[in-house]
Amino acid sequence: MTVEILDRAFDPWHYLAEYRIKGTQQAGQFGATAVFVGTLRDFNQDESVQSMSLEHYPGMTETYLEKISREAVRRWGLTDSLIVHRVGELLPGEPIVLVAVWSAHRQAAFEASRYLMEELKSKAPFWKKEQLEKGKRWVEHNTPG
Amino acid sequence: MRIQVRFFAALRERVGISERVISVPENTTVAQVWSLVVEDKFLPDNVLAARNMEYVDVATPVAEGDEIAFFPPVTGGGL
Repeated sequence: MTVEILDRAFDPWHYLAEYRIKGTQQAGQFGATAVFVGTLRDFNQDESVQSMSLEHYPGMTETYLEKISREAVRRWGLTDSLIVHRVGELLPGEPIVLVAVWSAHRQAAFEASRYLMEELKSKAPFWKKEQLEKGKRWVEHNTPG
Repeated sequence: MRIQVRFFAALRERVGISERVISVPENTTVAQVWSLVVEDKFLPDNVLAARNMEYVDVATPVAEGDEIAFFPPVTGGGL
């Protein structure tokens, strides 16, 4: 079970490959891997987004993400879970979040990854501030899942 | 009792305070902490509160050394 907050750009596929090499999950122990990657769009609410600043509450963010990871591992009997989330300045096209889970069967993997993303989006203390052509604005609502 | 109060994101900009250490009497609630720091303003309904980095109801009493945080609805994640 791993949670990491990054203040620099990252490649989720490279990150996953490195993570697999570390071998937190035992080969043969899992039959399903579900991966979700969220990426910054260049549009939101009909406006062109030039960049975004992502603020968080250091300490509470990690504590919260670890709490939902433990809950997902317990509820779906996961072999392992991984959450990586960006903070700081982001450009359109850059990955914001990587969620990956490993389990014996596919249903647990699909459900647990969905659970982690929805909990993360609704309660983890992150706030987005968009840079538009006409100035900056705080994002006040999440897009529906 | 001494406690630390923090504000984040749009709320920090609106209130004009990032963090502050204040003294409060025994049995002060989280909502009362807001009133003590943000003068003449009621606690808006959509403001979230955390005590020592865990979500709490604003009726919760605070204790010596607590870190109380107020922030707007969260907006993390990807698409």
